[in-house]
Amino acid sequence: MFQQHIGKRSKKVKNIVERGAIKKFAEAIGDMHPIFVDEETGRNSRYNRNIAPPTFPRVFDYGTIEGLNLPNKGLIHGEQTYHYERPLLVGEEIICYSEVKNYFEKKGTHGEMGFLVLESFGEDEMGKVVFTSTQTVIITEAVRKVLIG
Amino acid sequence: MIAIEKLHIGDELEDIQLEPVNRLNLIKYAGASGDYNPIHTIDSEAAKAGLPGIIAHGMWTMGNLAKLFSSYYQEGFIQDYTIRFKGMVFLNDVITLKAELTEKNGSISRFEVKAVNQNGNEVIKGDVFFNTYYD
Repeated sequence: MFQQHIGKRSKKVKNIVERGAIKKFAEAIGDMHPIFVDEETGRNSRYNRNIAPPTFPRVFDYGTIEGLNLPNKGLIHGEQTYHYERPLLVGEEIICYSEVKNYFEKKGTHGEMGFLVLESFGEDEMGKVVFTSTQTVIITEAVRKVLIG
Repeated sequence: MIAIEKLHIGDELEDIQLEPVNRLNLIKYAGASGDYNPIHTIDSEAAKAGLPGIIAHGMWTMGNLAKLFSSYYQEGFIQDYTIRFKGMVFLNDVITLKAELTEKNGSISRFEVKAVNQNGNEVIKGDVFFNTYYD
């Protein structure tokens, strides 16, 4: 059902690793470690500034993949991965986009299920990849029926 | 705190037990992450989805789990972090975060990481590959 989208990419979107957003995110995951939020700790660290928690890229805008219409209900987040070349630094600009990496279907205990793998990228201003992430979304039979109509 | 470099296979980082999950935790995560799927915050929407109550965002639990490594920022960084979402987290659940060193290869220390609930069930599980700086 989503096979025809494999390989499609979103347009690149410029994001800023904002100090305020990091603080809000760190608080939301109960991790107000000073390396994320205290300027002096950041300055005295090997990074010379604050860094972002590893799951922070959840907040970035990755743009939209044309034609990929995912329902906002009934999806199950199955797996998530992050790969970093280095931690994200407060204040830096990150260019983000995502791509439909794969789609396949499997018979499970809850009927036929679809597995959609989205890969996301974050690049620095020089175009060098800082992080990649993959997200596997499980689309249940009930939702697939609605989509097929 | 013992340096990650000094740990042996089978050693564990100190567990962290979270406060019982409350609605405000999930409202804050929705706001901070931009994930406003209502099954995480609104009872009637969770019920419509066939759930016995609102459930935590999987990414909330994954975000929490990474804090086992926050204090090691001078020694290295999380290079890879992979998670499978295995079970749901409900309000008032008491989640414990765990990490055990399973493999060492050059600068990379591999940890099996998981979050377990008060019944001992794994709700998320995966691996952290921690890359130690040598400079």
